[in-house]
Amino acid sequence: MSTLQETKNTILISAVFENWVNASPRVNAFAATIQEAAHSFLKQGIPTTKHEEWKYTNVTKLATTDFQISANNNTLKKVDVKEMKVTADAVIVVLENGVVNKEASNLEALPKGIHIGSIHDMLDNAVVKKHFLQHADYKTEPFVALNTATFSDAVCIIADANVEMETPIQLMMVNTCFEYCDYVPVRILVVADKNASIHVVETFESFSHTNSIFVNAVSEVVVAENAKVNYVKLQDDPLNTTHINYHRVAMARDSYQHLTTLSLGGGLVRNNLNIRLGDVNCTAYLNGLTVARHKQLVDHHTAVDHAMPHCYSNELYKNLIDDQAQGVFNGKIFVRKDAQKTNAFQSNKNLLLSDDAIMNAKPQLEIFADDVKCSHGATIGQLDDESLFYLRARGIGEDAARALLNHAFAAEVMEGIAHEGVKEKMLDILNDKLK
Amino acid sequence: MSDDLKLLDDVANSEYKWGFVSNIESDNAPKGLNEDIVRFISAKKNEPEWLLEYRLKAFRHWQTMTEPVWPNVTYPKVDFQDIIYYSAPKPKVQLDSLDDLDPEIKATFDKLGISLEEQKRLANVAVDAVIDSVSVKTTFREALLEKGIIFSSFSEAVHEHPELIKKYLGSVVPYTDNFYAALNAAVFSDGSFCYIPKGVRCPMELSTYFRINSAGTGQFERTLIIADEGSYVSYLEGCTAPMRDENQLHAAVVEIVSHAEAQVKYSTVQNWYPGDKNGKGGIFNFVTKRGICLGNKSKISWTQVETGSAVTWKYPSVILKGDNSVGEFYSVAVTNNMQQADTGTKMIHIGKNTSSTIISKGISGGRSHNSYRGLVKINKSADNARNFSQCDSLLLGDQCGAHTFPYLEVSNKSAMVEHEATTSKVGEDQIFYCNQRGISTEDAVGLIVNGYCKEVFNQLPMEFAVEAQKLLAISLEGSVG
Repeated sequence: MSTLQETKNTILISAVFENWVNASPRVNAFAATIQEAAHSFLKQGIPTTKHEEWKYTNVTKLATTDFQISANNNTLKKVDVKEMKVTADAVIVVLENGVVNKEASNLEALPKGIHIGSIHDMLDNAVVKKHFLQHADYKTEPFVALNTATFSDAVCIIADANVEMETPIQLMMVNTCFEYCDYVPVRILVVADKNASIHVVETFESFSHTNSIFVNAVSEVVVAENAKVNYVKLQDDPLNTTHINYHRVAMARDSYQHLTTLSLGGGLVRNNLNIRLGDVNCTAYLNGLTVARHKQLVDHHTAVDHAMPHCYSNELYKNLIDDQAQGVFNGKIFVRKDAQKTNAFQSNKNLLLSDDAIMNAKPQLEIFADDVKCSHGATIGQLDDESLFYLRARGIGEDAARALLNHAFAAEVMEGIAHEGVKEKMLDILNDKLK
Repeated sequence: MSDDLKLLDDVANSEYKWGFVSNIESDNAPKGLNEDIVRFISAKKNEPEWLLEYRLKAFRHWQTMTEPVWPNVTYPKVDFQDIIYYSAPKPKVQLDSLDDLDPEIKATFDKLGISLEEQKRLANVAVDAVIDSVSVKTTFREALLEKGIIFSSFSEAVHEHPELIKKYLGSVVPYTDNFYAALNAAVFSDGSFCYIPKGVRCPMELSTYFRINSAGTGQFERTLIIADEGSYVSYLEGCTAPMRDENQLHAAVVEIVSHAEAQVKYSTVQNWYPGDKNGKGGIFNFVTKRGICLGNKSKISWTQVETGSAVTWKYPSVILKGDNSVGEFYSVAVTNNMQQADTGTKMIHIGKNTSSTIISKGISGGRSHNSYRGLVKINKSADNARNFSQCDSLLLGDQCGAHTFPYLEVSNKSAMVEHEATTSKVGEDQIFYCNQRGISTEDAVGLIVNGYCKEVFNQLPMEFAVEAQKLLAISLEGSVG
């Protein structure tokens, strides 16, 4: 295919990235894979808008910014992150500039069967050995390749078989660098073994509001037979941040996964969600909400891959686009040849709130099996004048009425969050955002 | 079991009814493509200098372009040097009446069911018949001319109405547009030209019938339709080709210009030879069709029934430039055996209060692949634009594929854009219901599919709707497992 030709002509890699990926691996145990990923990145480069997957999202700026790889010095203490907890009882793992900060985390009293820690401390764990770096595809995803070639630490969360944990585990990603334009690779592995059940919350925050920051996060989630993973991603980076996030879920038979992505901040945010329903009777929910303002660009690319029969997937994405912000949605559903009796649904609803807001949507179905029920719907519009009138006729001011309607529109996405405490916290954050 | 065998037999025999070859002597250009061939075609048609210049410019631009690979289809690469770019039925004399027409040609069109004479007497349809590259006869010209309507072959129009051609040629699809549009602009041989003057409602359906006959040729026709202010025209297009083992290229360009308050309705029943059961042979149908609504309240409506061609990629589009203009796209695309179709539409909203409707029904059987690819673009200037799209796919076998690639690009907050798509198979309960009432499974599927396509067939002119239904039944024969 000529795409190769195309990338050859337009390949973009900054000297900085080139130096990093050519440097010796920071995590020696996986040297071979890391080197392979490095080669792969040099071959792929930073994608341009000619690349179909990056048509609406221009990241070429990354190739010309003089990034420094983030410093590994941990400065945060427990008190600094207290405010950012999703629930009072949550288990906290802090990744400060992409490196696990044990001091700020509270991993002392973990329930039996739950293992959380830095990859450097968990190299002997058989589950980690089996799954680490194995699921996110660096051969086709340039930023996964870059991440794999450059990460210096990773956090692993392992739930042993039959362990059910109600308390949420919070992965707190915090940037604290004030000096340079920072590149922060973040690497996460989550494994729920047979019949296990966990709640995971990722939060991204930054104390640095001045320099450009490039967060490149890759999460690999493995859901074993009959296991259950409820996952929430909260992205509330400041506007100086370019956030590229790749989230891969590998599902075994009878498993369940529920993923909610809240994109509330960040100058340029790109989410690649890749869910593989790899065996029979899997159930996957993907929900997403974007509130984009100023000149933000928020891009959600989702791919749901039905590889086996009798699975169910349901996707709901809502975007509120204001000011000069841009929203992008690309939702792919693949139904493979053998995946008969598949039910796959997708809905994408978008509100444009200002004259300069832009929304680009590309829902996409690719179906190779006949006994399926698949549908997708996409709408782009604005708040219903009649609803607005109804509220105003009852003495509610225009701004308040709009806020109420926006909230009602957005809150539907939150309803799916299984953990009550987390849901409440997310609704609070959303309320603040919509004020 | 024996029923199945009989069915297979029927299918093998009744697959493609239009696969005959007529023994018409033709005048061919040598194989290959270079500037000389472009000059040869232009000289053959006795064209003025400016048109040759246009062709050469297009040819030079084409040489700088590469074949697009983004459509969701796979096919052997076309060797552009292995195609005869000009083929005309011989002898080519100026025809004064139908009686002068080569009896072989007339017989060909009779076989196709396009009896030129009968058309003239009975049906109220004016026909322009194009064999291979050249328009052989246009009926009803005089009757139309009384109303000021110009309906002729493209080459005649070049001589008789150069000012119109000069003004509009390439105004909607410039030769820089895409690879095949550039190729067409360089080597187009003929096509239809139609001009409806101000305020005139065309009293009959205008129709072009395309037929590829010679082996080794490509067909590159160009159609230009101009509807002046307040006029109305309904235009039909049909196409067939003989069965051959080789792939033949058809790269046409259709341009429609609709001025203020004018309406153009363009209907296609595309039935090029789709290749045999194993995907051998068949036409590559790479077509650029686009219309522009220039003025206030103008309207363009595309209706297509795509049943033929080995590989189709075609996106009839509307640029809604005038305020309050309307664009419509109704499509049924059927693929069977090894056919591949990547088809859809583009609706570009520029004017205020513009609206567009897209109804697309894809049906795939055998080992075929059917993709819908569409773009709805609402520009910043397009206040209160409205779009509704519905793309349904029906799967008739477990070896086929249905794909949907809609692009929605909205930069105006007052826009209302809705898109929905579904994919499913014919319900077993529906078939059971029919079986119970004594309707065979084959007929039941036909019935259900016809019902499914009704929304689109309703948009077709009567004669075409009947043809389309029959075509659908033939295309689907044997696709029920």
